[in-house]
Amino acid sequence: MTEKSYRNAIRETLFQEMARDPDIILIGEDMAGGAGAGGEEEDAWGGPMGVTKGLIGEYGKKRVLDTPISEAAFMGAAIGAAAAGLRPIAELMFNDFLGVCCDQIINQAAKYHYMYGGQDTIPLTIRTTMGAGLRISAQHSQSLHAIFTHFPGLKVALPSTAYDAKGLLTTAIRDNDPVIFCEHKLLYRLREDVPDGSYAIPFGEARVVMDGEDVTIVAFSRMVHVATEAAKALAKQGIKCTVIDPRTTVPLDTDTIFESVEETGRLVIVDEGGPRCGIASDIAAMTADTMFHALKAPVKCVTPPYVPIPAAPNLEDLYVPDAAKVMAAVLAIYRE
Amino acid sequence: MDKKHNQLLWAYRTMQTIRLFEERMHDVFTTGEVPGFVHLYAGQEACAAGVCANLTEVDYFHITHRAHGPAIARGADVTDVAREIYCRRDGMCRGRGGSTHLHDAARKIIGANSGVGSGAALACGSALAARHRGDGGIAAALIGEGGANQGVVSEAMNLAAIWKLPVLFIFENNGYAEATSADYAIAGGDLSARAPAFAMPGEIVDGSDYFAVADSVAAAAARARAGEGPCLIEVRNLRLYGHYEGDAQKYRPPGELEEYRRTKDCLINFRAHVLAEGSLTAGDMDVIDQQVAALIDAAYEAARTAPLPDPEELMQNIYATNC
Repeated sequence: MTEKSYRNAIRETLFQEMARDPDIILIGEDMAGGAGAGGEEEDAWGGPMGVTKGLIGEYGKKRVLDTPISEAAFMGAAIGAAAAGLRPIAELMFNDFLGVCCDQIINQAAKYHYMYGGQDTIPLTIRTTMGAGLRISAQHSQSLHAIFTHFPGLKVALPSTAYDAKGLLTTAIRDNDPVIFCEHKLLYRLREDVPDGSYAIPFGEARVVMDGEDVTIVAFSRMVHVATEAAKALAKQGIKCTVIDPRTTVPLDTDTIFESVEETGRLVIVDEGGPRCGIASDIAAMTADTMFHALKAPVKCVTPPYVPIPAAPNLEDLYVPDAAKVMAAVLAIYRE
Repeated sequence: MDKKHNQLLWAYRTMQTIRLFEERMHDVFTTGEVPGFVHLYAGQEACAAGVCANLTEVDYFHITHRAHGPAIARGADVTDVAREIYCRRDGMCRGRGGSTHLHDAARKIIGANSGVGSGAALACGSALAARHRGDGGIAAALIGEGGANQGVVSEAMNLAAIWKLPVLFIFENNGYAEATSADYAIAGGDLSARAPAFAMPGEIVDGSDYFAVADSVAAAAARARAGEGPCLIEVRNLRLYGHYEGDAQKYRPPGELEEYRRTKDCLINFRAHVLAEGSLTAGDMDVIDQQVAALIDAAYEAARTAPLPDPEELMQNIYATNC
């Protein structure tokens, strides 16, 4: 057990899995960086976020493939390679770039196994980054996990901690279906003790971060930390919250959520995705459908407003849910 | 001699099987017994046959929504194909894909694809996997001239070229993307002219001439297997029917199809060619005609009478690993 950052936990997983399975290849833009440029360092970047640093030195250009800015082509190539027996890990630099390779992900990868009658599998992991907070505006800051969730055939993981990042990425890579692995940009520096050896966290098993009998809070990715901060502050006021991090939206651990709602009768969902057709509204609808008998108050969703993400720091801070907004939502239904 | 003879018999049988399969589909579609819509390959047989004559079992063949002919050319079981088009339980994709999504993993017939152009990118992946394994395999991707205008195709050509992937981009120019003519939609009118922009060889081939297609593909395949990278071949032909069955084809100039049938029918031209050089006899081909007719009868009868998928199949095979 060593203290590691979320970034290093992901990198360590890539090293360990590539050592385990020679059919794993990395494919994406600037995974090494500096291809063809003649600089002194073979991997000048090691990924736009520095996650893949060192991998080309260990595994070579045959397995670490830097691509042109051609997401549609390299995502399609990753899918084709997966169908043909490799186990690719493709990097979609920002999840916002789904816009330029959407057909490949939603019409090819997601449907390949089902539409062709189960003949082939697509053991593909798509690592991507999500989340606001870097003041980089509307095309680099979105949280699009709900869009991926919409398409049966894809699995979607959103690690909120370094420990989960390693365990979920291990599962993603070993899984025989296409997995969208959403790394939150503001979590890369988060540090905690992470085992040095390999371990896998099963998909569809929520982590209960805090346990309390008054209100259930479900949160994903960085919002788990925001929700936990709010729950700790509320505890000082005598309101005891359960905080649940489902860790994956597909599969979704509704059992853990519903069991908690059965006890608390109150639910707040915190998500950085949008308020319309989002994960928060999805879980609210499922809870209303299945758990209406247990609810003592309306289900509350804490999400950003229905607006593109601005670059201005003060406006972006207004956009992203914070602990105060979570506390306000909990208090609003706790009093009912 | 025997090898060449067998190859010619195979080519004729393949093209004739496709032609009769599609003509039968044209006839039965009007009865309403075939679900969905179908895109017929009649008129284009020499292209798929000329490509597949040069593929081995380690090679991948990426096909388009106009899928029946290419699947048959690559050796798919004709009854399997018919059952899939009829969406039957025992079709090659268990009735989930239908006419436009034929796929036969065992024969490396990949992804009949309704997202036209996407096969170009997937083919780069097949080629990458073949190279990773070092088994000498290549990937041939059929792409319609309409699909060739998708951005992903240009991206894929560039990717294949910089990585020197063994991919054959076969642009099948049948004159129309749905109802829009190639003359209107392709700047400069020449898809093969895009090849030098991606540092690969490119040429135009007469798609009514099986031998021209097969020779061109043979050279491209040899080059790809030697590690010299991708090629582009623009195969020019016409489809003998509409974009889909039911298409009134009022966009065609008067007499276009009649003229094509008279002068450019690849089966008539093949027959004339082999008879002139004495490599096959009329008797050789008449026997094949009878065998193929019986095969088509049996395949359609099997498809028509086969059961639809069981209701529980709706929710099967969404994921390969439990979810």
